[in-house]
Amino acid sequence: MARKNDKRDDEMRDGTSTAPAGPADSRPPSSFLEVRDLRIHFPTDDGLVKSVDGLSFQLERGKTLGIVGESGSGKSVTSLGILGLHNRRNARVSGEIWLDGQELVGASEEQVRRLRGRDMAMIFQDPLSSMHPFYTVGHQIIEAYRIHNDVTRKVARKHAIDMLGRVGIPRPDRRVDDYPHQFSGGMRQRAMIAMALSCDPELLIADEPTTALDVTVQAQILDLLRDLQREFNSAIIMITHDLGVVAELSDDILVMYGGRCVEYGTVDDVFHAPEHPYTWGLLGSMPRLDRERSERLLPIKGTPPSLINLPSGCAFNPRCAYAELNGGKSTEERPDLRDAAPGHRVACHLPAEKRRQIWNDEIAPKL
Amino acid sequence: MGDNVSTSDNPAPGPEETPPDAAASEKAASEGAAGAAAAAAPVKGTGRRGETLLEVEDLGKHFPVTQGIVFKRQVGAVKAVDGVSFSVRKGETLGLVGESGCGKTTTGRMIMRLLEPSFGKITFEGHDITHMSQRDMRPLRRDIQMIFQDPYSSLNPRQTVGSIVGAAFRLQGEQPRQGVRAAVQELLEMVGLSPEHYNRYPHEFSGGQRQRIGIARTLALRPKLIVADEPVSALDVSVQAQVVNLLEDLQDELDLTYVVIAHDLSVVRHISDRVAVMYLGKLVEIADRADLYERPMHPYTNALLSAVPIPDPSKREGRDRIRLQGDVPSPLDPPPACRFHTRCWKAQEICKQVEPPLQELSPGHMAACHFPENTTVSATDLVAKAAVAPGPAPGPADSPVGKD
Repeated sequence: MARKNDKRDDEMRDGTSTAPAGPADSRPPSSFLEVRDLRIHFPTDDGLVKSVDGLSFQLERGKTLGIVGESGSGKSVTSLGILGLHNRRNARVSGEIWLDGQELVGASEEQVRRLRGRDMAMIFQDPLSSMHPFYTVGHQIIEAYRIHNDVTRKVARKHAIDMLGRVGIPRPDRRVDDYPHQFSGGMRQRAMIAMALSCDPELLIADEPTTALDVTVQAQILDLLRDLQREFNSAIIMITHDLGVVAELSDDILVMYGGRCVEYGTVDDVFHAPEHPYTWGLLGSMPRLDRERSERLLPIKGTPPSLINLPSGCAFNPRCAYAELNGGKSTEERPDLRDAAPGHRVACHLPAEKRRQIWNDEIAPKL
Repeated sequence: MGDNVSTSDNPAPGPEETPPDAAASEKAASEGAAGAAAAAAPVKGTGRRGETLLEVEDLGKHFPVTQGIVFKRQVGAVKAVDGVSFSVRKGETLGLVGESGCGKTTTGRMIMRLLEPSFGKITFEGHDITHMSQRDMRPLRRDIQMIFQDPYSSLNPRQTVGSIVGAAFRLQGEQPRQGVRAAVQELLEMVGLSPEHYNRYPHEFSGGQRQRIGIARTLALRPKLIVADEPVSALDVSVQAQVVNLLEDLQDELDLTYVVIAHDLSVVRHISDRVAVMYLGKLVEIADRADLYERPMHPYTNALLSAVPIPDPSKREGRDRIRLQGDVPSPLDPPPACRFHTRCWKAQEICKQVEPPLQELSPGHMAACHFPENTTVSATDLVAKAAVAPGPAPGPADSPVGKD
């Protein structure tokens, strides 16, 4: 509990760039989507799993936010939380999620259900397991469309064909009656996108939309998302572990580690002047095609932490190469997310000048 | 069907056996330090680098498709691999890339003799192992080992790490001089695990650690060749880099030869000395790493490379992109002649009629295309050569015209 209060105080102190997010202030924000201090905890027999622990961000229409992190960093839990897909019996969700002026965390299931599909939709990672194998692709799109729109089956079917054509499925009037298993992986993902977009949602959450796909198909899907965003002016949250995908599509990037945001900024901030040692580690771990081949990759030591038993202080400290520079502060105190530059926020104890110096002198030349 | 074997092939001295000087010197330079380390380490295979360790000629695997319940009759075949030829030199890493369904894993499994080849020939250290019996194969198993993709399903959950890694000694009836336990613990240390992990079970480890256990198991008998099938694709980015570095260190230390099968082009570039690109069961291009990535000749390779997302937002605009349309055709009924012609933007009439042979277009760089890029060789020359004289064409003519 004490920790929670700490957190709020922190936000008051450094809450300059975002709207103040104190408990007293629950005015609807000006942004299209605003998430304030979102916490999603799961009580288990082994202890409380803090999958998301105090996450805040905002997103405008027509913009893309990339959420990057390793498995278990809480990125998928966040997206399911926004859609209200967590079982309320075993997930504790707190904080605020404002979508176009409506608060979702406290809303009734019925209210959220009405928004889901129409105002916000999701593209899942594995289209084969997220489509019903028993119904045709068309049936599933029609069903989603008719739940939110009072139209006849015939009109809905026409709409489904239209959507399938729009996402680039050849001969949609025939493929609409196919079952998911008759589609290839790339086409299934297109069909998923068609389904997600069928009600013209303003918020689209894509959870690893291309991870299961081949690189040429991935390129097609990313192009498609880009085009559709231009057409529908929707806001996209792109969740991925692939920094390449994020760099291609995102306007803003949020780097998650251990259920918390460690760095948040524009795509240029995060790729060209990253300030968190974890972000440096991610960039150094990746072999890159656009640079000279480096002799060695620069991996992060250790493995991602367990969410039940996060390291004390900064969750990244056991893997951080610079934790000692703070004289033990990293193991004792959790760093707050502070502004490093306008709009660029970093949660690290290292002084800003030191971070910039390390990036410029030690990290950037090796990448 | 599976017997129109290597007779049509001329086993002419392939360019792979005589490495181009440039590549050799580059390799020597990059391995100067490594060579010293390897000399100091207890190395089993003391073979000179550059000798051919593994040779694959016109290898293919067709999976029959049957119909009927009692009387199964064959109605077709999935041509998973349809005649690939390459060789792997001692101490090098050959990367095998391609999209899912291109036959790269099937090729790896045939090299391991986990799958029976339909046709073609596999030569390991001069021995033809293509149709060797299980019993004859067994002693060779210590020389050829495999790293599997999924560290979760490739370790027996009911066995301890000690028993998993020690299995190799048991199965081969080998008694390490320091005892099995000590030998296993040594291996665990070698791959960056702690010797205390000996009595633990796989579920107690993270994905990256499990992959290390799998690697320790492969190393137990000091193999000469390791076939690694997507060794890092199931791992998180930060852990992936650890395992890539580990594989490179082990190669230097133990003088290993790798065939790395992967779909991630950036990982393959990092880890490989030479790279082979597959499409629908065929090799379309094979070249030294630098050559392939800087001057790709086959349109498919070009398309693959340009589809890789670049983690640099400033390069978002103005990248010269090639976007392939549609999906890879079914290997049940692959397109005739050049298999890529249905998706190729350079395709002409000839591509639908004459299969382009895999030939050396510049030293050490082979591609199978009528209209290759980044080369001065004219397309008409190639076509003429291919149409007139499939046999004496330079390089192992992969698949002569009209074979299918």
